[in-house]
Amino acid sequence: MLKVKKTGFYTTVQDRGRFGYRHLGVPVSGACDQVAAGRANSLLENDPDAALLEITMQGPELSFSEPTYIALSGAQMEVTLDGEVLAMEQVHRVEAGSELVCKRTQGGFRAYLAVKGGILTESVLGSRSYYPPVTPKRKLSLLMELPYEPAEAFEPKILKLSPSEFWKEEQLEAYPGPEYDLLSQKQREMLFATRFTLGKEHDRMACQLQEHLPGHLIRMITSATLPGTVQLTPAGRLIILLRDGQTTGGYPRVLQLASRSVSVLAQKHSADHVRFVSRAK
Amino acid sequence: MNPPPFRIKAYGPEAILLEWPEAVSEDILTDILSFSAYLREHCLEDAAWELVPIYHSLMLYKGSKIDLESFSRSLRKWFDQYPGPSRRPFQEWELPVCYDAEFGPDLEEVAERLEIETKELVRRHCAQAYRVYGIGFLPGFLYLGGVPDNLQVPRKETPRLKVARGSVGLASKQTGIYPQESPGGWNLIGRCPIPLFDPTREPPCFIAQGDTVRFRPVSKAEFDLHRIEAEVGVYDFKKKYGHAQG
Repeated sequence: MLKVKKTGFYTTVQDRGRFGYRHLGVPVSGACDQVAAGRANSLLENDPDAALLEITMQGPELSFSEPTYIALSGAQMEVTLDGEVLAMEQVHRVEAGSELVCKRTQGGFRAYLAVKGGILTESVLGSRSYYPPVTPKRKLSLLMELPYEPAEAFEPKILKLSPSEFWKEEQLEAYPGPEYDLLSQKQREMLFATRFTLGKEHDRMACQLQEHLPGHLIRMITSATLPGTVQLTPAGRLIILLRDGQTTGGYPRVLQLASRSVSVLAQKHSADHVRFVSRAK
Repeated sequence: MNPPPFRIKAYGPEAILLEWPEAVSEDILTDILSFSAYLREHCLEDAAWELVPIYHSLMLYKGSKIDLESFSRSLRKWFDQYPGPSRRPFQEWELPVCYDAEFGPDLEEVAERLEIETKELVRRHCAQAYRVYGIGFLPGFLYLGGVPDNLQVPRKETPRLKVARGSVGLASKQTGIYPQESPGGWNLIGRCPIPLFDPTREPPCFIAQGDTVRFRPVSKAEFDLHRIEAEVGVYDFKKKYGHAQG
């Protein structure tokens, strides 16, 4: 068992996501930075669908009741195992009874902690990703116990990955969304010429941008949305949907981010900057 | 080959959007749901495809790169082969709603606005079968169409921060049930004790796109009974509240 001694700011169990229930209003969920989550799992040679911890801003403190191996990826974070500092992007052996202390994330917004074999909490509708009311839990709580299979002997093929800093990029690759053609010339120009600032409203569902575009009177019938969809409200506010974002919406979908750029965005803090870079249709 | 009635739009590299003429129409909805079922059964073999039909559009999400040109050709071919809208086995549901003041804090205000008695408001709300044009926004949230003109009131100016699960709301051309506690700006006129989304069931949402929903006024006592049944999981929606179209 992985026992939660301190929860951190917002720590959740995530995997690649919950597929096949979008038409019932269930968002895909899953790790916000799929690239980092994939790196942590691949270091441990886990199944790509293995569940891990997504750590937001302030890390948790955990104790391990069984021996295993762990790997950390994503945002830089100072982590100690029984007092010894652990490197990111590397496989570490954990003894039974060890205590792991995670500090604040630095630079990026979300770090990932994978355990050999994955975290084995209950799978609901094909996924372990937290998303109430599909899962009873929203985030880790104090003294909670997360099951995993003990691992005694593991000889990793790759001990260490060179650190990835792609999430420091400011550019987000964007394709025209279904309503892009309805925008004015001015709105289109501003969309690609503005250096946007992430607003305070910023969670697993969506993030808002501080700078506004000119408003609009476009009325549309509610239609499907995706993680990475950039919506434009009538008042000119831009909202980018993330992994827990709603599955349908009534605001014009002006851009669609490449999935890699959704991972980049997941590492941004409030007040960080982003730019949209056009990818042709 | 007849041209299909929909426009094909790219929606990023991994999804395609099909748009029928922009209207809230039962005929269009039936065509979309029939074509969606046809694609699922005969054309899209890869299980990764997810299809999201709602109102006048159908999103096809693959989760990996789609070649727009060749896929559009396939879609046109498939539409040509598709036998056309069928009478799908849509279900008719009757959901119990308690319209007591404790569950409908805006009931009086809405009645006043419409210049009718609250009793008449409840009668009008229950007189209608509402078509499910889609499910989205939150798990199990039904987009219901068919609110008559004499029931239309604007949404509240200040949304509530907390609306209880099961609350039945009314706002302009829409009525619906909040499937879980959430903020909301609709006028609340009653509450439904039946959970619309239950992740322990397969499918978790027993109502589907294309079905119709009717509301039946119930007493507080009956509301409590259904709520308890729901909590202990002894209810059977299909047996109790639904019946297939004859």
